[in-house]
Amino acid sequence: MSSASENPYAIEVCNLVKRYPKAAANAVDDVSFAVKRGEIFGLLGPNGAGKTTILGMLTTRVIPTSGTAHIMGIDVARDQIAAKQRFSVVPQRTNLDLSLNARDILRFHASYHGIPAAKRNALADQLLAEFGLADRRKDLVKNYSGGMTQRVMIARAMMHTPQVLFLDEPTNNLDPQARLFLWERIRTLQGRGITVLLTTHDMEEASQLCDRIAIMDHGSILVCDTPAELEKLVPGGTSLELHISVPQQVPEHVLATIGPSETPAEVSVLSQLQQALGSLPGVTKVEEIHDVRKAEGQTGLSILRLYGEDVLAPISQVSHIVAEWNAELLDLHLARPSLENVFIYLTGRNLRT
Amino acid sequence: MSVATPSSAQAEASFDTIVPARNRFSVVSIAFWHILRRDLTVTARGFIPFLIQVLITPLSLLFVFGRVMPGVGMTQQQYPSLFLPGVIAVTIFIASLQGMSISLMLDLDSHHEIEDRLLAPIPVNLVALEKVVFTAIRSLVATAFTFLEAYLILGSRYQVQNNILLILGILVLYTLACAALALLLGSALTSDKIYLLFSLFLSLALYTGCVYYTWSSLSSIRALQIITLFNPVTYAAEALRFAMVPPAGGVPLETMPLVWSLLGMSVSFLLFLWFGVRVFRKKVIS
Repeated sequence: MSSASENPYAIEVCNLVKRYPKAAANAVDDVSFAVKRGEIFGLLGPNGAGKTTILGMLTTRVIPTSGTAHIMGIDVARDQIAAKQRFSVVPQRTNLDLSLNARDILRFHASYHGIPAAKRNALADQLLAEFGLADRRKDLVKNYSGGMTQRVMIARAMMHTPQVLFLDEPTNNLDPQARLFLWERIRTLQGRGITVLLTTHDMEEASQLCDRIAIMDHGSILVCDTPAELEKLVPGGTSLELHISVPQQVPEHVLATIGPSETPAEVSVLSQLQQALGSLPGVTKVEEIHDVRKAEGQTGLSILRLYGEDVLAPISQVSHIVAEWNAELLDLHLARPSLENVFIYLTGRNLRT
Repeated sequence: MSVATPSSAQAEASFDTIVPARNRFSVVSIAFWHILRRDLTVTARGFIPFLIQVLITPLSLLFVFGRVMPGVGMTQQQYPSLFLPGVIAVTIFIASLQGMSISLMLDLDSHHEIEDRLLAPIPVNLVALEKVVFTAIRSLVATAFTFLEAYLILGSRYQVQNNILLILGILVLYTLACAALALLLGSALTSDKIYLLFSLFLSLALYTGCVYYTWSSLSSIRALQIITLFNPVTYAAEALRFAMVPPAGGVPLETMPLVWSLLGMSVSFLLFLWFGVRVFRKKVIS
């Protein structure tokens, strides 16, 4: 391994695998990526995609089944102490020391890392002011709001001046104002040269904050690029989303044209309708979206997404086919290019399901 | 899969982050000391609740068995002096389990406060060892106050031989053994099993630990005498009796040989520590 000063990468992950005992599949399955110094890199994916497990392996809390992870050129598994000196973690759930006030939490953290008393006192006061916590610095943190708790955790993470900062779902469950404040703080940290790796299932967060994003599902990285490049993955950029209620059976006048089906169930009707829409000129792909509303019991609701170079062109034919199939069109709208569309395009699933 | 390479132009960003250039031993010992300092600070800030927590049990025991019962003639006048070592032993046992096991269970299950220390530049095993050292120190402080309490409650019946170094040596070894057991139980049990600590471990320790009676007095109840050997409280109570109880009428109290009680405590310490660190490690690293 080359020395840290020559290495342009802050984080290097190579063929990382984690399989938990008795698990049917790998929680992390042969993942490789590299994060350049000073980048904000996002791991985006639904719950259970393996994002937090990757973070665990990068931060010594999860032992990899195979593969390697380096932080600032240091093999995390081989030299945990040197690695721990170089990174900080802001976990998903609160882990603040409930017996201490915010200032003490920051100062004790710095002392664990060998920061001398005068420097840690000054740094704690500076960070508390920066994170808008100076007035409450002597309050026990168990009385803090969710946003304040998150700010203390990030401020604590900065106390030993890490080179790499790991943020696990940093703005989960925060109100919009607190979320914007934290985004601003994270950008400031990047401005100071800190490399940030964050996990999120929030599309907006990923596209707003990250220089590059790796989209994950089922323990693997599906694709990794800048937000702009990822959005180009969806053909034509814009897609057409139909919310429809399909009939129990294919109407007879339609059957006469497409031939009988062996399984006249709703699924079959939908897939045949999908085929019919897919054969329209200009439509390259029609996909059923598995939405949370359907999982919650709205069984009549089906969501189809049409991709193509110009999905507006066949719009009248689409409504004509839907009407012909006796399906009820509940909603029809254009889905603009977004990371959410990219995820749906890659997996056929909504990120929040 | 192929390695993804960044396209961002931020690679040239400057760094003001400097990793202190210290040797490994110094980095680890500094972290160990400050983690210990954190625990001592938190205990010092809640010193009164700490005293109440650790001194109520010995207070009750000493008052009833050391003052009331000899006072009304239900026990021998010499009983308080051979009962005091038992009280000290059981106080340390309870203080350890209350001080570490309960807080560790809650921490590992729900608070996760310890994560900040696990991510400090120190091996995870030493984070566990710090817990043991801290709990031993805490129990030694509780012991000092128990001696003071005994002195005040027992009055003229407070009779302890002037064997300070031996007593201190026994106490250090025994507090470490109890702290290691507390680490093991705190790591192995989940917080919904907290009742086991009280109903099983504390009760068993109290009644099979030769607290109320000497080990040699059980020679006629052989089965119980053997059971007591599986309880570290027995070895501490007997070793402390050897060191503390003055001879009655020139005849020294019959106790378990000191070498056996020291060996019992040492083996307990090493076993509990080995298993405790292993279970702790398993709990915090997956």
